[in-house]
Amino acid sequence: MNYAISKEPIHVQEVIDKVVQREAGAITTFIGTVRELTHGKKTLYLIYEAYESMAVKKLEQIGNEIKERWHGSEVAITHRVGKLDITDVAVVIAVSTPHRADAYEANRYAIERIKEIVPIWKKEHWEDGQEWIGNQLETVAYPKGKPEESDLNE
Amino acid sequence: MNKILFFAHLRDAVGEESIMMDAKGKTIADLKQMVLETYKSVNLENVMTAINEEFASDEDIIHEGNEIAFIPPVSGG
Repeated sequence: MNYAISKEPIHVQEVIDKVVQREAGAITTFIGTVRELTHGKKTLYLIYEAYESMAVKKLEQIGNEIKERWHGSEVAITHRVGKLDITDVAVVIAVSTPHRADAYEANRYAIERIKEIVPIWKKEHWEDGQEWIGNQLETVAYPKGKPEESDLNE
Repeated sequence: MNKILFFAHLRDAVGEESIMMDAKGKTIADLKQMVLETYKSVNLENVMTAINEEFASDEDIIHEGNEIAFIPPVSGG
């Protein structure tokens, strides 16, 4: 299965292996890791929580969007849940395509879409407290209560 | 009956991962109102909703057995 939520540490190579294909000239791998400092504030650890069944469906939707947009691509995404320490791997995205420019672009598209439509949340734990993080920059609001058609299908 | 799921800050506010509620025939907007009346500390601002794991809008009607999830702004990645 190319789209997964994992309670265990992610094996990066296993995600990459899922997109190996003879037609590919490039594989890009994005590895999202837990950062210690955000705007000068020190994170101790994170808890990631997912609506797992829906999250897998939405990861698959992102994969299908990529395959439609970048022909000949293969996609695999695994996102971790549970307690993660600083430097731990939170997400791995592998994309293979016939040509390298597409592999970079499509991989970037995947991480941006994850931050829009995949039901996964992180709770930051600091020295002086904890908080569930929403869309940190508030770049995306859904005034109608759900993503617009253009958000979902762009 | 309908299973209603809460995540992240909503789960903390409600104190449960899920509740059972009869929401058959009601809209998502109706259900939001019911939840707000039952749980005074819940904030549904910017919260999305899913019916059976697909994003839904306020006007969508809930059917018997549908699983409803309240989805705060996501922060994966």
